[in-house]
Amino acid sequence: MSLLEIDTLAVQYHTLHGAVQAVRGVTLSIERGRAVGLVGESGCGKTTLARALIGVLPRNAAIAGGRVRFDGADLLQLSGDALNDYRWRRIAMIPQAAMDSLDPVYRVGDQLVETMRLRGGLTSPQARERAERLFALVGLAPGRLRLYPHELSGGMKQRVVIAMALALEPQLVIADEPVTALDVIVQHQVLRTLRELQETLQLSLLLITHDISVVADLCDDVVVMYAGRIVEAGSVREVFAAPHHPYTMGLRNAFPSLRARSARLVPIEGYPPDLASPPAGCAFAPRCPFAIERCWHDDPALLPTTGGRLAACHRAAEADALRTQAPQAFARLEATGPQSVRSGAPPAGGTL
Amino acid sequence: MNHLLEVTDLRKEYPLQSGLLGAVMGSRRVVHAVNGVSFVLDEGGSLGLAGESGCGKTTTAKLILKLLHPTAGSIRFAGRDVAGLDGSDLLSYRRQAQFIFQNPYEALNPRFTILRSLLEPLIIHEIGRSIAERVERVAGALDRVHLNPPETFFLKYPHQLSGGQLQRVVIARALLVDPVLLVADEPVSMLDVSIRAGVLNLMRDLSRERKLTTLYISHDLALIRYMCSVTAVMYLGTICEIGPTEEVIEHPRHPYTQALVSAVPDPDPTRPRRPVEIADTVPTPFQLPAGCPFADRCPQVMEVCRHLRPLLLPVDGGVRVACHLYPGSTPRAAEGDGAKLEPN
Repeated sequence: MSLLEIDTLAVQYHTLHGAVQAVRGVTLSIERGRAVGLVGESGCGKTTLARALIGVLPRNAAIAGGRVRFDGADLLQLSGDALNDYRWRRIAMIPQAAMDSLDPVYRVGDQLVETMRLRGGLTSPQARERAERLFALVGLAPGRLRLYPHELSGGMKQRVVIAMALALEPQLVIADEPVTALDVIVQHQVLRTLRELQETLQLSLLLITHDISVVADLCDDVVVMYAGRIVEAGSVREVFAAPHHPYTMGLRNAFPSLRARSARLVPIEGYPPDLASPPAGCAFAPRCPFAIERCWHDDPALLPTTGGRLAACHRAAEADALRTQAPQAFARLEATGPQSVRSGAPPAGGTL
Repeated sequence: MNHLLEVTDLRKEYPLQSGLLGAVMGSRRVVHAVNGVSFVLDEGGSLGLAGESGCGKTTTAKLILKLLHPTAGSIRFAGRDVAGLDGSDLLSYRRQAQFIFQNPYEALNPRFTILRSLLEPLIIHEIGRSIAERVERVAGALDRVHLNPPETFFLKYPHQLSGGQLQRVVIARALLVDPVLLVADEPVSMLDVSIRAGVLNLMRDLSRERKLTTLYISHDLALIRYMCSVTAVMYLGTICEIGPTEEVIEHPRHPYTQALVSAVPDPDPTRPRRPVEIADTVPTPFQLPAGCPFADRCPQVMEVCRHLRPLLLPVDGGVRVACHLYPGSTPRAAEGDGAKLEPN
């Protein structure tokens, strides 16, 4: 059985302009000891999904349906103390900009020790000893325990935050954009450390990022989200080698590579839909060069394709053929502009 | 080809707020944001300034645009010293050198409609004879950045547009006044991945079409590889390597460039990974070391690096490197006698 099983989870935000459906029926499981990368653009619901898992949604958000099972227990049914037992001890989260959440007036070591004493029930000497081991684990000298946050660099603070997340030996670590504010070289080093720890401690890792290259570099599996849904999932190697969903195909040509001289980049024309009134059909249809009549009114389900992979596309069976045409097809769309959702008409050039 | 822009030994220092402790200790610390930057940019050329945050790349851009005043050094634009410009000459320089900001959400006045924001530069620079003609120009510019039909954007406010659309408006505004030099500071870092390519392609097409000279500032080497023919890598306020983009990225010479290139994550998971072995200590732009600014993180540091600052000198492939590993960079006369040299 998987460690974490998310089943058709839906989350809504209540705003002045009505309900915004940030997560729209996400089904996803994470195996023990796997590193899973969750990628998507801002506003696609990836952070909301992560926060829903451990019950730390903002006040105006509510779970609108679905189930989350962690190690057999239904997390969404738990509340108060029962849920608190899971947080940090079994599921630890490294939130966005976590390094800025260190208390500036306490030494980082004391903050670490306090966590372990209060949440993990360790005695002070036990906690001190473990704090030193944790620091060694994330590559910090024990002397750094005595420093205040302002005396540490961003990369070191991020290492402290990782040590904190690992303090109570969780089974699952959720890291939300853990290195975004850091410089490239430091990013690389912190991510490496995170990956090594995940491997040695046999943790499950859910890494949330907008940077598809980071996932390619670090994760075993990748889950691609678009407009509140998962559009594609599978092993990193397979998904990057041969994507099955047009959105993933489009992303491949949408950013320049450092390792190879890029031919002209091909953007994905248009913008993600407004989730206050999500489209009836596939949310990607207006930006998809391969959309057919059916895509405009029938939202495709996330279904197995080949090789244990999943894709939410009516034309997934034709993926190999579509992929070869993708660069030209997306480029044609760049020239003509995205299709109107409201017209409801099958787009020009949608057929092959 | 003519040099459009010549930057020579540019420096910008900021005195640090010393506070009570500083007053007692009598220290006067200075942040060396830009510490002796020199380069030339040819007419129609494209230069990428790469480096980590705090390396001085944005400060360099602001100095070039005369948004900041340099502590020392000179900037010559089309043969004229930028520092000496004032009055109508300065106004004309401001027209010819346009800036595209990192954050499109902050680059437009939230209380102005798009039309008003775009009319403003035409009024200031007295371009177009009548309102009708100016509106016509604005419509043309919006059309050129693929905001169609332009009229539908006229009366919108910035908050009604997405980030990608706003950045297109900002580009349209820059182009309205027929600039010669375009400086773009992280032009797509605030935009989502699927939107970025469109904005980058647009800027590439426009600069070719109008033969613009461009200066891109980015921490993203892949972006610079896509956009620029020449790349300069900055570290702690100085250029440590500069040369043709392909050379700098394919065969990085400076250990810092090597680390930077190998730290960039690769979207191809099958490609073998190269480790980066440098310390993740913070570089501080005050109390600069006497020697090479990169010495305390450099995996190949030598004794000479600690006390003698390498000069940016040519090696092969049209590249210039500031590193003692390359014999050209060590000033021969002063070798082994760092004391005689200026500390920086």
